[in-house]
Amino acid sequence: MISSYREHGQALARGVPANAVMAELYGKATGCSSGKGGSMHLFDAGRRFLGGHGIVGGHIPLAAGIGFAIRYKKGDQVCICYFGEAAVNIGAFHETLNMASVYKLPVVFCCENNRYGMGTAFERVAAVTDVVEHACSYDMAAELVNGMDPLAVYAATERAVDRARKGGHPTLLEVRTYRYMGHSMSDPLHGVYRTKEEVEEQKKRDPISQLALKLTEDGALDQAALDALDAEVRAEVEEAVHFADESPDPDPAELGTHVLAD
Amino acid sequence: MPTLTYRDALNQALREEMQRDPNVFLMGEEVGVYQGAYKVSRGLLEEFGPMRVVDTPIAELGFAGIGVGAAMAGLRPVIEFMTWNFAVLALDQIVNSAAKILYESGGQIPIPIVFRGPNGAALQLAAQHSQAWDAWLSHIPGLKVVAPATPADAKGLLKSAIRDANPVIVLEGEMLYNVKGEVPEGEHLVPIGQAEVKRPGGDVTVICHSKTVAVALKAAEQLAEHEGVSAEVLDLRSLRPLDEAAIVGSVARTNRAVVVEEGWPHCGIGAQVVDVIQRDAFDQLDAPVLRVTQADVPMPYNKQLERLAKPSPDRVVAAVRRVLYLD
Repeated sequence: MISSYREHGQALARGVPANAVMAELYGKATGCSSGKGGSMHLFDAGRRFLGGHGIVGGHIPLAAGIGFAIRYKKGDQVCICYFGEAAVNIGAFHETLNMASVYKLPVVFCCENNRYGMGTAFERVAAVTDVVEHACSYDMAAELVNGMDPLAVYAATERAVDRARKGGHPTLLEVRTYRYMGHSMSDPLHGVYRTKEEVEEQKKRDPISQLALKLTEDGALDQAALDALDAEVRAEVEEAVHFADESPDPDPAELGTHVLAD
Repeated sequence: MPTLTYRDALNQALREEMQRDPNVFLMGEEVGVYQGAYKVSRGLLEEFGPMRVVDTPIAELGFAGIGVGAAMAGLRPVIEFMTWNFAVLALDQIVNSAAKILYESGGQIPIPIVFRGPNGAALQLAAQHSQAWDAWLSHIPGLKVVAPATPADAKGLLKSAIRDANPVIVLEGEMLYNVKGEVPEGEHLVPIGQAEVKRPGGDVTVICHSKTVAVALKAAEQLAEHEGVSAEVLDLRSLRPLDEAAIVGSVARTNRAVVVEEGWPHCGIGAQVVDVIQRDAFDQLDAPVLRVTQADVPMPYNKQLERLAKPSPDRVVAAVRRVLYLD
C-alpha cells in the first residue's frame, strides 16, 4: 500500500499501531518513521505500508514500480495506491496509468475524490470532472464508487484487487467522498471556498454513522456494542496521545543517520 | 588486457551485473529493440528478455518513478536516460523520491537504483541538448554521483553503482562512448568516492572529471613540451562523495591548482573543490586557485561559438600559466 500525505487512516488500516502513528505525528523517536518523516511520511516496511509521500501525485509512479516488482518476481500481491482528485491534473498520473496499462501491472489506483484540492473546487481546474473517464485514455478498467458507503468501497476494491491478482490488470477507482476539515492546520474549518451549509450537509452522509446505522438496522450490533466500540477507539487514541507525549525526541546523533544505506 | 570502447565497457558492466544478480534490470527509452540510443545496451534484450530490458514510452518522470518503486520493492533497477537533459523531467523522482525515502522512512527502505546516461555537450546539438548537470545532482544528500572518464573506470564504477545500496547517478558522455582503453576482464570494481591521479606531476594540480580529463591531459602534455611545467592531472571520478583527501594531498605537494569542469561556473563542482582547498590546504597554496568551465551562457549552435564556450586545453594551459605567474 502506498499513499499521499493524507495517509493516516490507511496506515492504521494496514495495521500500523496507533501509538507509532501518533508518535510520528509528534516527531518522536518511537514514531513509525523514527520521527524523521512526520505526518506526511508514515512508513512501516514490515507491514508493507510504503509511505506517506508529500508531492501531489509523486507517489503514483512508485505504485507502478511496486507493481512492476511484483510482476517481475511473479508474486501474487497487489499494490494499492491512494491519491486525491487534485493529483489527476499532474503529469505523473497520466504517464503512470499509460505504463501500468501497457505493462499490465497489478495495481489498484484509488482516487479519493473529496472535491477540493486545498481550496480549489475540482470543476474549476479540471476539464474532465469524472475521474473514471481518464481510464478510457489508457484502456484501463475503472469504477465509480460511492465513497460514503464503506461496503461499496470494500466491494469495489475487492473486484479491483481480484482483477489485478488474476489477470494482472490495473484498475482506476474513483471513490467520491468529502473532507469535513480544512486542508491543513492553516485552513479554517470550511474556509471561503465552500459554505458551512455544504459541509454540514455532507456530514449527514458520514460513512461511519451510516455504517453504524446499517449495522444496527441489520441487527449485527446494538447501541451498547456501538458505544463499546466508540469507547475502545477513544481509549486507543488517548493512549496513543499519552504514548507520544511521553516518548523521547530522536537523539541528536540521528540527524546524520539514514542519509545513505551501508 | 583487452581494449574496449567506453560504450562496450558499460555494456560489459551491465551484462556481467545482470548475469550476477537476477534482480538487476534495465529500463529506458530505446534500450531494447533499438539496442540503445547510443548502443550501450546492445545485445542485452536478446540475452535477458523483455522483462529485464524494458522499453518505455517517452515519459522520464513516469519510468524514473517506476524504477524507484521497483527498488522500494527489492529490485535493483538501472534507469537509462537517453540524455541527462531529458532527466530534468524526472528530477522530482530523483530528488524527492530516490534521495529521500531512506531518510524519511527512518532507515527502513533503501533505494538501490542507478540512473545513468550521457551528460554534457556533444557537437552542435544546441542549448537544450548540451548541458552538464553534475553540480545540480551533486547538491543532493541521499545521492551518490560518479563521472567516469575512461573505459576502465566506466566499467568499474557502473558495476560498483549497481551493487551499491543507494541511488547512484552515473554521468557518461556522448563524446566518450567511442573512446578506447584497456579494461580489466570480469570482476573489476572501482570504489565510489576515490579520485585517481591520471598523470603525476609536481608543479600544479589540474583537477577534472569526465570529458575534461582528456582536456586536462592534453593541456598537461602541452605544458610539459612547451613550458617545462609538470602538471598533475587528478581525475575526481566521484563527485559525491568527493575524495577530499586526494585533492588536499595533491595540492599540498604542488601548491597550485586549476579546476576544470564541463558545467557552468556559478555554484559549480569547481566551487566545491575550491572550498575544500581553501579550507584544508590554505597554508600550502602559492597562488589563488583558478577555474576553467563552460562559458556562462546557454550552449550556442554555431561551431565556432560552441568551441569558444567549452573548456579547452588552451584555456587550461592559460590558467596554469597564471597560477604559476608565468604571464
